[in-house]
Amino acid sequence: MTEKTTMQAIARMVPPGSRVLDLGCGDGALLSYLQRERGCSGYGIEIDDANVLACVQRGVDVIQLNLDEGLAMFGDDSFDVVLQIDTLQHLRNAEVMLRETARVGRTGVVAFPNFAHWPNRLSVLRGRMPVTRRLPYQWYDTPNIRVGTYKDFEVLALKNQLRVIDAFGLQDGRTVRWCPNARAGTAVFHFEHA
Amino acid sequence: MSFIATPQTMHFPQPLPLQSGASLRDYNLAFETYGSLNADASNAVLVCHALNASHHVAGVYAGQDKSEGWWDNMIGPGKPVDTDKFFVIGVNNLGSCFGSTGPMHLHPDTGEVYGADFPVVTVEDWVNAQARLLDRLGITQLAVVLGGSLGGMQALSWTLQYPERVRHAVVVASAPNLTAENIAFNEVARRAIVTDPDFHGGHFYRHGVIPKRGLRIARMIGHITYLSDDVMNEKFGRSLRAPTLPASRGSLPPEGAGPARGGPAPDLRDYLYSTQDIEFQIESYLRYQGDKFSEYFDANTYLLITRALDYFDPARGHGSDLTQALARATAKFLLVSFTTDWRFSPRRSREIVKALLDNRRHVSYAEIDAPHGHDAFLLDDPRYMNIMRSYFDSIAKELA
Repeated sequence: MTEKTTMQAIARMVPPGSRVLDLGCGDGALLSYLQRERGCSGYGIEIDDANVLACVQRGVDVIQLNLDEGLAMFGDDSFDVVLQIDTLQHLRNAEVMLRETARVGRTGVVAFPNFAHWPNRLSVLRGRMPVTRRLPYQWYDTPNIRVGTYKDFEVLALKNQLRVIDAFGLQDGRTVRWCPNARAGTAVFHFEHA
Repeated sequence: MSFIATPQTMHFPQPLPLQSGASLRDYNLAFETYGSLNADASNAVLVCHALNASHHVAGVYAGQDKSEGWWDNMIGPGKPVDTDKFFVIGVNNLGSCFGSTGPMHLHPDTGEVYGADFPVVTVEDWVNAQARLLDRLGITQLAVVLGGSLGGMQALSWTLQYPERVRHAVVVASAPNLTAENIAFNEVARRAIVTDPDFHGGHFYRHGVIPKRGLRIARMIGHITYLSDDVMNEKFGRSLRAPTLPASRGSLPPEGAGPARGGPAPDLRDYLYSTQDIEFQIESYLRYQGDKFSEYFDANTYLLITRALDYFDPARGHGSDLTQALARATAKFLLVSFTTDWRFSPRRSREIVKALLDNRRHVSYAEIDAPHGHDAFLLDDPRYMNIMRSYFDSIAKELA
């Protein structure tokens, strides 16, 4: 997910100069890119020690927090954009965090692996959980504890009264707008709270 | 072997007005510096000390074995705070007993030893005194103000009292104020000292005695709160008194070195069945720590410094609103806390982080999952050291 084209596809949804909160910011590459290329400011949230260190080394402001403890530290609408890039699928309280994302940010961008991508469906049809480049884990060691699809997220967004500004799939660095639920390994939603 | 450090003293003839309304007519500050100040005086790092430390932050004293400064693992050539790049200043606070003017010195008005008459000093007073030292050293702005625990409170206070003089603040294992429980621990320590018959209302110097019993107990209770249950259990468990005294603080076994939780192997020697003799090894360790401390620390200093801890509360003048209190700060912050530190818990550091976030300040925060309790800030956890090194490296790059 950190490939450059993917990063650019996400970055296009972040207006220049935005205040950004990146939930599960990894090594800070995306935030660093947004600061450098789009004049953004903001913070990353990370739980992993090595990633926190990488952020400090890059000069990205990072707060070490467990997202499963919530975002109580952040006020309503305190960021222009809250990013959840490849984070949602690791969270126990994924729905609460989605609501928190919408509360803290004026807009939110969520990207996660789409389990309805056709190779995944094929694998399940054959009776096995998918193991792909996008989902390289075995079923017993995967950190992806929330297994959802592009369409599933549409339903969850509706349930939480999120207004979807844009939604598309990403596959091989390209945007997929036709039938993304079957044709894209990654689902991307850009939304705001109603 | 570390580098040689040389303590210095500077005299300040102009009175220092104190927060209490009193003032110090004139005073000395003991300090040390390491590295060299660059041409535009932009690489200065001020290190603020905690309760029982001093200006001797790093290096060793010539000809003195085991005289490493209290943060020698953090500061020095090639260390996380690299004195090849930074000009580092350690300063002893007023009221201390390591060289700066304190209760064991002469009151200029009376010619008598201050004793209990030494004025109550606060974190803010210390920062004002430190600022004057920087003036004299030709430093208008600090690259970094750095401190752990009570030292972290001073670093935070610097960003509020002299926001334009601080570019970065590194606040380790600290808090925006003390909780009731924390004040309670301080009060137990103070009562131990004040009720020692040798205390003489703080004027024990005249009587040629030292309230060592009180100091010992104060140190024992303090020491317990600086460690974690797990670390104590790992080192001592229920082991019975040892024929030899355990090693001093700072030499706790590294993580995973000893047997797992549950501590050392059970000691099956028979109990002494005595209420007053040392039975368990932890007792022996605490008594040893207390004895050692009572040999070098001043009782009035202990009272003064714990009181400064109690009083620190920058949000107090802002309706207890820390966000509002920290609005003045313009520095970039790094905060570090340790998960097993219950005296200055991560929750307290997060309060500072939140207030900085509310004010949209630059802040990074690392929560290190180290087992050593509050003492972790003086130890060598590699995650902690790496964060510090990286942060200071990035500041050094700004200088170039």
